[in-house]
Amino acid sequence: MQYLISVIHDQAGLATPEEDAAIDVFNERLQAEGNWVFAGGLASPDTATIIDNRGEEALVTDGPFIESKEYLAGFWIIEAPDLDVALALATEGSKACNRKIEVRPFQ
Amino acid sequence: MNVADLEQAIIRVHHEEWARVVASLTRRFGDLDVAEEAAAEAFATAVERWPAEGVPPNPGAWLTTTANRKAIDRIRRENKRDDKHKEAQMVYDDDPPEPLGAVDDDRLRLIFTCCHPALAMQARLALTLRMVGGLTVPEIARAFLVTESAMGQRITRAKAKIKAARIPYRVPSAEDLPARVTGVLAVLFLVFNEGYLATGPDTDPVRHDLTAEAIRLTRLIRGLLPDDGEVAGLLALMLLTEARRTARVSGSGELVPLAEQDRGAWDATLIAEGHRLVRERLAAAAAGVAPGRYQILATINAVYTSARDMRDTDWSQVLALYDQLVRLDPSPIIALNRAIAVAELDGPEVGLAAVDRLEHRLAAYHAYHATRADLLRRLGRSQQSRAAYDKAIELAGNTAETAYLTRRRDQLR
Repeated sequence: MQYLISVIHDQAGLATPEEDAAIDVFNERLQAEGNWVFAGGLASPDTATIIDNRGEEALVTDGPFIESKEYLAGFWIIEAPDLDVALALATEGSKACNRKIEVRPFQ
Repeated sequence: MNVADLEQAIIRVHHEEWARVVASLTRRFGDLDVAEEAAAEAFATAVERWPAEGVPPNPGAWLTTTANRKAIDRIRRENKRDDKHKEAQMVYDDDPPEPLGAVDDDRLRLIFTCCHPALAMQARLALTLRMVGGLTVPEIARAFLVTESAMGQRITRAKAKIKAARIPYRVPSAEDLPARVTGVLAVLFLVFNEGYLATGPDTDPVRHDLTAEAIRLTRLIRGLLPDDGEVAGLLALMLLTEARRTARVSGSGELVPLAEQDRGAWDATLIAEGHRLVRERLAAAAAGVAPGRYQILATINAVYTSARDMRDTDWSQVLALYDQLVRLDPSPIIALNRAIAVAELDGPEVGLAAVDRLEHRLAAYHAYHATRADLLRRLGRSQQSRAAYDKAIELAGNTAETAYLTRRRDQLR
């Protein structure tokens, strides 16, 4: 079973060197224990571009699809046997990256 | 067996066997939906057949077998035995965690799944009453004053999340167990309190169906986790509160405060059982096991129910217990109850000063204003007392409480 762990950014400033270091330690653990699938940090929402190609012509718009004080700053995709394991890992992940986290199962 | 006896027998079997049937089917089929529906169908079949055929010698086994057949029929019908269904099955451990020391019982897994912290509190309540308690959706909807369709949706959504997010069907590890048991007890205490102080203009002031159900489920958990002190504490607290149920509301539907209750009307059997549990926990505390909040609350209620009257109550003991409780639980509601003990011990003026310090945190809580109103009345400050009663009446949701507060206010000179 795979879960998406979204990192919700709701404070000023990017990750500090300490946070980066803690994230590295956490990532290594995920890999060592077989929970790792993929992870990545995202550039700021200002860098986003929206495309809507449902109509005749593709519309390209600058900016994130939703203006919000809280935004997705990064994510992990983990492999876990059940939600309890996923939540336990996410709890550590939240501590490591010092951010609020959302856990959501893949279909 | 006559009709009335048979009806009683079916109700008893439903109480005793529902959770067991749902739990064993959930384990076998890995699906709460299938288990719930098949269990309900099996009980419906029993109601149909038992009047003619008689109650089988082992009703639990009969129901489980019947429910198993119903579940297999449904799965065949829906052709759900493909790989996708297997994949969607709930995960469970075959081995119970070792240090638990309790019987391995599927019902325990069921309770922990229904009370999982990833579910909203309202969903946990509804799911526990449906899956473990065996209440019907209309019954639960009535209990929480929502429409049947809203309650049905709430339960369906919770079941869907359990399945999609893979909330496991498992007794938590020893490390997580205390926190998860606390979560289960919180659900049961909420059910009890909703029954004990029912809210809403059209509900009975005391919903005996809910208090009885909460006690029944807590007894079940006590049987499954006999060594857990907080389970014993919560059960004792419920019993000692329930014992006063009939004395707590007058014939005219008015709340009767502790001081004015007819102590002869208290249920001596429930009190004796509650006191026995409290003594058991006090012995454990003497042996060095620190009591949790339910055990302390139960002990406070044991002090109340040991006294011949209000004046005979050992208020210094009550205050000492509240001091202990405040250290565990800094909630302002505990502080308010502590202040009431202070007022009994040191007089209403000292009590009022302690109550007033809680204003910024409890201004929207009816009991804060009701307590102030009572203390101000005892101090002869009628005008301020009246204003506090007004505020309490405005905020109170329980009909018996509103009636009592209104009479008290109108008696002020």
